[in-house]
Amino acid sequence: MKKKSTVDNLLRSKNFWALTALALLLLFNLIFTKGFFHIEIKDGHLFGSLIDILNRAAPMIIISIGMTLVIATKGIDISVGSTVAITGAVVAMLIGGNLKIVDGVQTYISQVPMSIAIIAALAVATLIGLWNGFLITRMGMQPIIATLILMVAGRGVAQLLTNGQIITIYYKPFFFIGNGFLFGLPFSLFIVAVIVGGTILLMRKTALGMFIESVGINPVAARVSGINSKNLMLMIYAFCGFCAGVAALLVTSNVKSADGIHAGELFELDAILAVAIGGTSLAGGKFFLLGSVIGALIIQTLKTTIYSIGVPPEINLVVEAFVVFIVMLIQSEEFRKIVFRVKAVRE
Amino acid sequence: MKKKSFINLKNVLLVATISLFVVMYAIGSILYPSFLSLDVFLNLFIDNSFLMVTAVGMTFAILSGGIDLSVGSVIGLTTMVSAHLLEKAHMNPFLVMAIVLVMGASFGTLMGMMIHFFKLHPFIVTLGGLFLARGLCYVISTDTINITNEVYSSIASFRFYLTETAFINVNVILFILITILGVYLAHYTKFGRTVYAIGGNEQSAILMGLPVGRTKVLIYTFSGFCSALSGIIFTFYMLSGYALHAKAMETDAIAAAVIGGTLLTGGYGYIIGTMFGVLILGTFQTLIMFQGTLSAWWTRIVYGVLVLIFCLFQQVFEANKGKIKLETQDEDKKDTGTGTKTEPATVDKGEPVSA
Repeated sequence: MKKKSTVDNLLRSKNFWALTALALLLLFNLIFTKGFFHIEIKDGHLFGSLIDILNRAAPMIIISIGMTLVIATKGIDISVGSTVAITGAVVAMLIGGNLKIVDGVQTYISQVPMSIAIIAALAVATLIGLWNGFLITRMGMQPIIATLILMVAGRGVAQLLTNGQIITIYYKPFFFIGNGFLFGLPFSLFIVAVIVGGTILLMRKTALGMFIESVGINPVAARVSGINSKNLMLMIYAFCGFCAGVAALLVTSNVKSADGIHAGELFELDAILAVAIGGTSLAGGKFFLLGSVIGALIIQTLKTTIYSIGVPPEINLVVEAFVVFIVMLIQSEEFRKIVFRVKAVRE
Repeated sequence: MKKKSFINLKNVLLVATISLFVVMYAIGSILYPSFLSLDVFLNLFIDNSFLMVTAVGMTFAILSGGIDLSVGSVIGLTTMVSAHLLEKAHMNPFLVMAIVLVMGASFGTLMGMMIHFFKLHPFIVTLGGLFLARGLCYVISTDTINITNEVYSSIASFRFYLTETAFINVNVILFILITILGVYLAHYTKFGRTVYAIGGNEQSAILMGLPVGRTKVLIYTFSGFCSALSGIIFTFYMLSGYALHAKAMETDAIAAAVIGGTLLTGGYGYIIGTMFGVLILGTFQTLIMFQGTLSAWWTRIVYGVLVLIFCLFQQVFEANKGKIKLETQDEDKKDTGTGTKTEPATVDKGEPVSA
């Protein structure tokens, strides 16, 4: 009983920091940004900065869910940005959109049915994840180098698919995924809810989450105790690829085009940052899915805040850098020790 | 016995890298007669000098089991600061060079100190560095600043002709100097031996009484210095400062080190290997230029494939040894150095590892 409460405390304290940061950001906006919390209903849809942040953060939340699990197994996946670019290129190629005149009305139809295009794109993304997992578990490569291969080559592949150009999509139903509204809320939020909810249920209501943590804490011990860590990790990398694929659908649909060079740029870094802010250690082990969600929200809120207070968006990277450093220091045991020692001396 | 086989293995990786370079160059020479000329060969050094300088710093970081993701951004920042100080502040060009070198080195020192004192992961610290340096570029200016300074342009256009067309410039000299410096540091100094020891097993290095902390900070200082030097070469090369200069250069530097046979787990690798890694990447780019119809994105794809092949190659050659290393490291972190080196692997494999 006692052990559980300490674990609970730890979890609370980890999320506590992230939540405090988010709260401070929102407080800052409450004071300095006019109409930040203003939400109005237009055409039956909710509109406002907060809704906008949620909608824009959706791809990052989904990727950071996959990334959290990968990092929990002591791994890392730096190919997610490239995966987004490739998946986006695939879906844009398959849907495309041809102008057809039906009954004297100009309409655009997709080249292949949209459902098939989406399934194919997600399959490609999952295959990319499986490939990473294969290299890591079967060939024994280090996660960072195995995924580095696709990080380097992936954008080349995406450009090869799009022939180096930006493919624009002309097919209205596809735009619904990233721009549509359901029950007054952006449709992307429902996708996020399904993926986050499903993953949390799967991890916390079955033994899967514990298996992943044990693989991350001590792979040898996990294997000796009967966990098929190789297949488990393979599945996790496939899932991370799948998550990147879903995010790619949202991004591609939102901007209505696929760009082999810039789609998903720096996503891998943002996702890792979101996971780190959320309290999951990069050394693997315990993971906090909700923490990563909060982390992704913090990053997006920060970006929107910078835009809305009129600071040149270029400063964004500097601010993000300081967030990285602050989060790292707060999470560092050594830093805490030093801070507490200073406090103790003062008292 | 065991130690001897390790040395052989390292040689095999190095030989593979060098042979690939020779084979690629030979293919180029057969396809395009003018490929086999001193001009083209020297151009490899001229065009890839900045990559080599960065890659040397990166190799040290990787040898110690870490990584430095900030190098590309630091190069960008160096071009930007140089251009700004020269064109906007009209400072003495040699003073500018000194300033940016100190800036790069202290940038690295700060990251190294964070990694060492707060026990943070190099990946995430240098990721922060990547954001910060790139962001600072934008703070200086979002536009390209052209450099018209006389000293800079005369250094950039300095050429020492060996034949009528083949020449050596500052890039080539720095390329060779940094390679010699890298080899010297890695194999003939206490610092280099400590780097290898940290990469092999950090706990053991600490227990042996090596100055692990100081060396770690120095590694990132050196990497930052290399990036700044690379940035100066890049400034000569482009004669401008721009926030997007050398974007994603870190992946090229890592690729060069990996193709050169450096293990990303740390502890194994040669600076000479990295040099051939850089030359292989350069030869491939020259091949694409000669070919003329292949699109630029093939470069990225082939880089990826090369990294893949070399990783698989490393994996095949140390199928057993690589696993021991990985798992011992994991074990050591948990046990804080009490676990012996072969035990966990033997448990895991269920059979003794053949030497």
